[in-house]
Amino acid sequence: MMTSFLSSLVAALLLVNLVALGSSRIGTVVRAVALQGVLLGALTVAAHGGAAAGTVVALAAASALIKGWLIPKILFRALRQVAIQREVEPSLGLVPSLLLGAFTTLLAVAASGALPFAEERLAPLLVPASFATIAAGFILLTSRRKAISQVLGYLVLENGIFIFGLLLVQATPFLVEAGILLDLFVGIFVLTIIIHHINREFSSLDTRRLSLLKDDR
Amino acid sequence: MTLAPIVLPLVMAVVVFLTPSKRWRPRILAATAAVHFALTVAVVRRPSGGAGGADAGWLTLDAPGRLLLALLSALFLACAVYSVGYLRYRVERANRRFCACMLVALGTTSLVAHAQHLGLIWIGLEATTLAIAPLLYFNRTARSIEATWKYLVISSVGIALALLGSFFVGYAALLGGGQASLLFGDLLAHADSLSRPWLRAGFALLLVGYGTKMGLAPMHTWKPDAYGEAPGVVGAILAGAMTSCSYLALLRLTQVTAAAGEGAWADRLLIGFGLASMAVAAALLLGQRDLKRMLANSSVEQMGLLAIAGGMGRGATFAALLHLVNNAFGKGVLFLSAGNLHRAFGGKTTDEIHGGLRRLPISGGLFLLGLFAMTGSPPFGPFLSQLLILDSAFADGRWVVAIAVLALLLVVFAGMGDTTLRALQGRPPGGVRRSSYRDSVATVAPPLALMAIVLLFGVHLPAPVRALIQDAANALEVGR
Repeated sequence: MMTSFLSSLVAALLLVNLVALGSSRIGTVVRAVALQGVLLGALTVAAHGGAAAGTVVALAAASALIKGWLIPKILFRALRQVAIQREVEPSLGLVPSLLLGAFTTLLAVAASGALPFAEERLAPLLVPASFATIAAGFILLTSRRKAISQVLGYLVLENGIFIFGLLLVQATPFLVEAGILLDLFVGIFVLTIIIHHINREFSSLDTRRLSLLKDDR
Repeated sequence: MTLAPIVLPLVMAVVVFLTPSKRWRPRILAATAAVHFALTVAVVRRPSGGAGGADAGWLTLDAPGRLLLALLSALFLACAVYSVGYLRYRVERANRRFCACMLVALGTTSLVAHAQHLGLIWIGLEATTLAIAPLLYFNRTARSIEATWKYLVISSVGIALALLGSFFVGYAALLGGGQASLLFGDLLAHADSLSRPWLRAGFALLLVGYGTKMGLAPMHTWKPDAYGEAPGVVGAILAGAMTSCSYLALLRLTQVTAAAGEGAWADRLLIGFGLASMAVAAALLLGQRDLKRMLANSSVEQMGLLAIAGGMGRGATFAALLHLVNNAFGKGVLFLSAGNLHRAFGGKTTDEIHGGLRRLPISGGLFLLGLFAMTGSPPFGPFLSQLLILDSAFADGRWVVAIAVLALLLVVFAGMGDTTLRALQGRPPGGVRRSSYRDSVATVAPPLALMAIVLLFGVHLPAPVRALIQDAANALEVGR
């Protein structure tokens, strides 16, 4: 019963990746990434089942709160401040992005099969999910032109790494996990500040305009 | 008490942030750096307390940590004193964030020096990255904001990969012995039971991740932009402190990987990335007109050399660590004096800067000496450490690597020498507006002191410093 719940959570996570890759509106992507944050919180608790200690539950709650509520809030505020058009402006089309996302998901499943696992309950589910999410993050990061979409790509990438980290909850002390979460949050905060400055200085969030700096001989 | 070098700067960052007086903030910054330095000297001189090893906690200052802490503290002291003079010339700019972020960076880099846990090192490096971001766009120009964006995006992705790599190493331990641990002591003690495929993948990801922070090619692209647009003093911190922290993390991982029996593989990776970095930097250094971008590329080159030294195995560790120290202080001299030239000429390329030696005899002279030092001329410290690195390459039978390094060092010397002489020789341009900048004690004494250290280390390495480096090298060679 627990395993089927786990599998459905993982399936939902992977589905959210594809939603993020296929949406044309930034707001939808922000909501998708927020949902992914909440799902990650649920996954943390589910992965450790009844044995979930208080610290694990606290970590899950903190992560869900920060990724599902606080960070989306900051991102929506940044979106309002810069008052940009809400289209994502991909340099790689949405359908090719989706197909690439589906392909990398299959690749992740295949690649994970070649690696040795410590146990057979969590790892065969979490490792491919982690790789697929990391790949989705990379696709978002490299194929979107707006600075804010790149931040979203970074968040998805980070979520993928977080999924892998679930295999190691016993090895990483609570403080370290909390520190990682704090760094992520501050990082997103600083990035949105810079986005604000970019919009002011370049009158656009199109990162192609960031081309003042180069080696001119 | 033992964690004072981490806690003190972080607390003082809050104090500085709340200080209303613009004149007092830089003074508090300098005073805190001085106290930090005194604390560090006291900690480093205490006979080896935290021995590291399997029983060490997450935050223990082992021998390599002491060396890193001493390096960081001395460099930050120089930069903090310099900031007092620098901010006096930049009165038009708010300095609240500048002073607070400098102190946060001092605290977080000190955390990296103390950290024995892979996750904790990651936290310290990521926090340092974020603390430095506001320093980069101190000037609030479009150029500096573009540089900050590139710095943040590339570093964030790089460091995310480093986190994944850390998790892989942890999983390698979990698979090997059941007890997953990210403590270096545990990893070393159980190195032979680590799962090889996961360890290899982890090391590769960590090399790419922390290599991005160091600026190893091909992950170096943010470096010329960030170093070029940042104030000189921030360049000194990036090139001396952040790179050193990342490098030590990589050396520790190389040690674990080597202890697990994958040493030859890790060495090949390090040497490959190192040679690529030196080659890319050498190409970018030819015909460079921008002094600060030149220094950034020179840093890429030095990081390449350090990566090569790290891949040289036993014997080269001492040389690598000595070079790490020389690089941090030498880069300090260059960036701080370049900052002075930038102020005086209102530009940082050889189009604006001519006759640097006439306009600013001391800063110009220091820049010239710093250039000779960093390109490996005797009698300065880097000459000795580069010689030792080459010596161990020959002793290791790596002739091709040694000869390639020598050739690239020559190209670098030609490129940097050409740019520098164009900036320093001749007469200052008459037509350009004369800035009010004059060399003052606060802006000249710090690079002068760093230059004196670099010279001293080349002529006579003081016994306590030698012992500090030797202890660190010995600790990093256990199990290799």
